[in-house]
Amino acid sequence: MADKRATRESYGRALAELGDKYDFLVFDADLAAATKTGMFKKKFPERFFDCGIAEGNMMCVAAGVASTGKKVFASSFAMFASGRAYEQVRNCIGYPHIHVIIGATHAGITVGEDGATHQCIEDFALMRAIPGMTVLSPADDTEAFAAVEAAINHDGPVYMRFGRYAVPDLTPELVKDYKFEIGKGVVYREGSDVTIFATGYMTHLAVEAADMLLAEGIKAEVINIHTIKPIDSELILKSVAKTGCAVTAEEHTVIGGLGDSVASVTSAACPVPVMKVGVEDVFGKSGQVPELLEIYGLTAANIAAKAKAAIALKSK
Amino acid sequence: MQEAKILELKRIANNIRIGIIEGVYNAGCGHPGGSLSIADILAYLYFEHMNVKVDDPRWEDRDRFVLSKGHTAPALYATLAERGFFPKEELKTFRKTASRLQGHPDMKGVPGVDMSTGSLGLGFSAACGMALSAKVYGKDYRTYAILGDGESEEGQVWEAAMFAAHYKLDNLVAILDLNGLQIDGPIAEVMNPAPHDEKFLAFGWNVITIDAHNFEEIDAAFKAAKECKGKPTVIIAKSVKGKNVSYMENKCEWHGQAPKEDLYKVAIAELEAIAEGLR
Repeated sequence: MADKRATRESYGRALAELGDKYDFLVFDADLAAATKTGMFKKKFPERFFDCGIAEGNMMCVAAGVASTGKKVFASSFAMFASGRAYEQVRNCIGYPHIHVIIGATHAGITVGEDGATHQCIEDFALMRAIPGMTVLSPADDTEAFAAVEAAINHDGPVYMRFGRYAVPDLTPELVKDYKFEIGKGVVYREGSDVTIFATGYMTHLAVEAADMLLAEGIKAEVINIHTIKPIDSELILKSVAKTGCAVTAEEHTVIGGLGDSVASVTSAACPVPVMKVGVEDVFGKSGQVPELLEIYGLTAANIAAKAKAAIALKSK
Repeated sequence: MQEAKILELKRIANNIRIGIIEGVYNAGCGHPGGSLSIADILAYLYFEHMNVKVDDPRWEDRDRFVLSKGHTAPALYATLAERGFFPKEELKTFRKTASRLQGHPDMKGVPGVDMSTGSLGLGFSAACGMALSAKVYGKDYRTYAILGDGESEEGQVWEAAMFAAHYKLDNLVAILDLNGLQIDGPIAEVMNPAPHDEKFLAFGWNVITIDAHNFEEIDAAFKAAKECKGKPTVIIAKSVKGKNVSYMENKCEWHGQAPKEDLYKVAIAELEAIAEGLR
């Protein structure tokens, strides 16, 4: 079994290690211990700035720094980075197309016991609606590290989503000569009956779902969509042209996230059934993560069930 | 400051005011009141104080300017045109689809604009970021931001005030345009943000209060700000909204509307009479 690590840990480790190779500043809003930017702070205290509990100010300060040609990360929980500071991100970073990298941790319901106020399930929808924003959602440790480096070398605004809950580091096991490229999905497994498009935390569950389907003789293609925007239309269309249907899996509301992104690509160019696994337009709640995943249907079993439903729709 | 210099700055400020009126009149909309109130300070900043290069607007060591009260873009555009960043004729394209002169400043499109602003409270924070960057990377440039008094009702203004004092950004100067009026009425009636001086003092700032239309006071304040070490400076500039257009002065209905042809002619005639007096 692959090593397990929360992608927020990967984020902190990437900042601390890449801080030697690249010149950038890191801002946080009194959550350095939780977002793991504290790992960078410990190593590079002169390049770390705490903004206190004032996320709106932090985003615009970061924009000001970036406007002087310097690289900068701004970190908080996904709820506050994309929600509280939405308008600052839109107008101060998005509109001027400034290269600020927003490191948003504690996304989705896997925040667990903190409950609905801290379980951000709308950030893809909010961030991908901003013109020119790049939205990244790495699956595991290997990918999260690579995504941070890609974001540093990118130009323009980037929103990166990380989780609090440990996930297996599957990418190096499943993909030979893995390379992270913004906007390019990663084929985890080839198949012919249905395509499972998954992102972030749900990616390893998509692989489990494919195993379950295989036991029933169904060959599912599994594709990791680590870039929500710009979405990899080419890969999506190529895959559904072969499989004829799709299921999407995301730790996010079914409104405006990966599922809608995939469906809008397919409906315009290759209409096929697309079933969505995600939070069904409700708020989260407090609880242990495994229980919450069951309650909200964020499971391999649900992905497999929806995959079969999508296959059934093909013949209609 | 020498008499000749003051006279020159007065002429420039008057030209800026004419540019403001041309811009909003041709657009048929816009924000003349709070633009006219900051014309003298903009004239001083761009023609006496700030280190900028017209032929290299993105020069990395330039002093930075952020118009946090971005709706008064007509004043910034008129100043930049007067300084030579783009042709003055272009002011007539303000707010039109084919123009780069957006209703609120766009740093991507307009030479001389250092930060896109418009949503109140945001620009001040961005200015803090520019000043912090200079500190971290050992640059000598200074950063200036003009805020509205109504804008100071935004909570983010005080987040930024806290940040700038905490990180001892003595290379940052905020100018608070205290004209006393906002869209819905006098600030004291809508949502009183006073007293600004005591609030900024309590946040750890160096506070200087001046008459926004007196160049000797303006000059002394910016020079004193440069000398102040270890904390940021706010210049509370008591101004007249609609300054030098008689029917606009101290009238909050001229916050956000353009004059029609008859009143446009009155405004231009009044400003030309002032120009005549400055010859």
